[in-house]
Amino acid sequence: MENIFGTWHWYIVGPLIGLFVPLMLIIGNKLLGISSSFFHICSIALNTKKFSEFGYKADSNRWKFYFVIGIMIGAFIAEKFLSTANISFLPESYYSFSGFALLLAGGFLVGFGTRYANGCTSGHSIAGISTFQLSGLIATISFFVGGLIYTYFILPFLG
Amino acid sequence: MQNIKYILFGIPFGILLTKAEVISWFRIHDMFLFNEAHMYLIITSAIVTGALSFLAIKFFKIRTLDKKEIVIEKKELNKGTVIGGTLFGIGWAITGACPGPIFAQIGAGESAAIVTLVGAVIGAYTYAVNKSRLPH
Repeated sequence: MENIFGTWHWYIVGPLIGLFVPLMLIIGNKLLGISSSFFHICSIALNTKKFSEFGYKADSNRWKFYFVIGIMIGAFIAEKFLSTANISFLPESYYSFSGFALLLAGGFLVGFGTRYANGCTSGHSIAGISTFQLSGLIATISFFVGGLIYTYFILPFLG
Repeated sequence: MQNIKYILFGIPFGILLTKAEVISWFRIHDMFLFNEAHMYLIITSAIVTGALSFLAIKFFKIRTLDKKEIVIEKKELNKGTVIGGTLFGIGWAITGACPGPIFAQIGAGESAAIVTLVGAVIGAYTYAVNKSRLPH
């Protein structure tokens, strides 16, 4: 039982995450993806008609909005009922004014970047590559280039 | 209304992300430092499983639950894939969260991730407004 409450092994989690690709296709003919949910939140906040002028199709992406609500509930269940210890997912230092500023900037890049690239780790790296799309591979390489730039050339100078 | 069922699919997805600590800044940081294989193994095994399933769908001509032909959404390759992808990578390393994990971090009680989400929604909006002016 100890295993269930600890960190789950990659060989359990990785394949199960991968199975969401065929699952979403068979359930609703949908390619797994999450970052469009940011657009959906925009369209709810602004009103759907106004936001649709930017080319956003609310009807075909609405499911992602419900999917991320599910992700939130699932994470809550995992933390409350499937973990023995309280795990920190963010460094302590982020709970400060400068930390919030960094998270806001980082969040901005996540939202702007994923929409500009038309996908994120789930849509491009997992769903894109596993359906043999070149854009998925190029996007994934770009994600890592960005991550490595921050980790090696920016973070060391932030103190 | 038929979209509401996707809440039920999101729940196990959120549990998996959280229990594998894919939503942890520390795991993402260790991934970019090449300190541990955990994240690489998860991503790679997910892709291999997805690809084998995709080939099975093609080979056995599997259809959707309502008997429609499965059509794969084509994701265009353009300059945005590289520029946007790189910007996202920087954001991923800062926040320790790609889009799914932002929601998972919030659900798991990491309240600072709400700031990340606000940033992400503003970022997505900024892209939508400036889309026609950006190179693609």
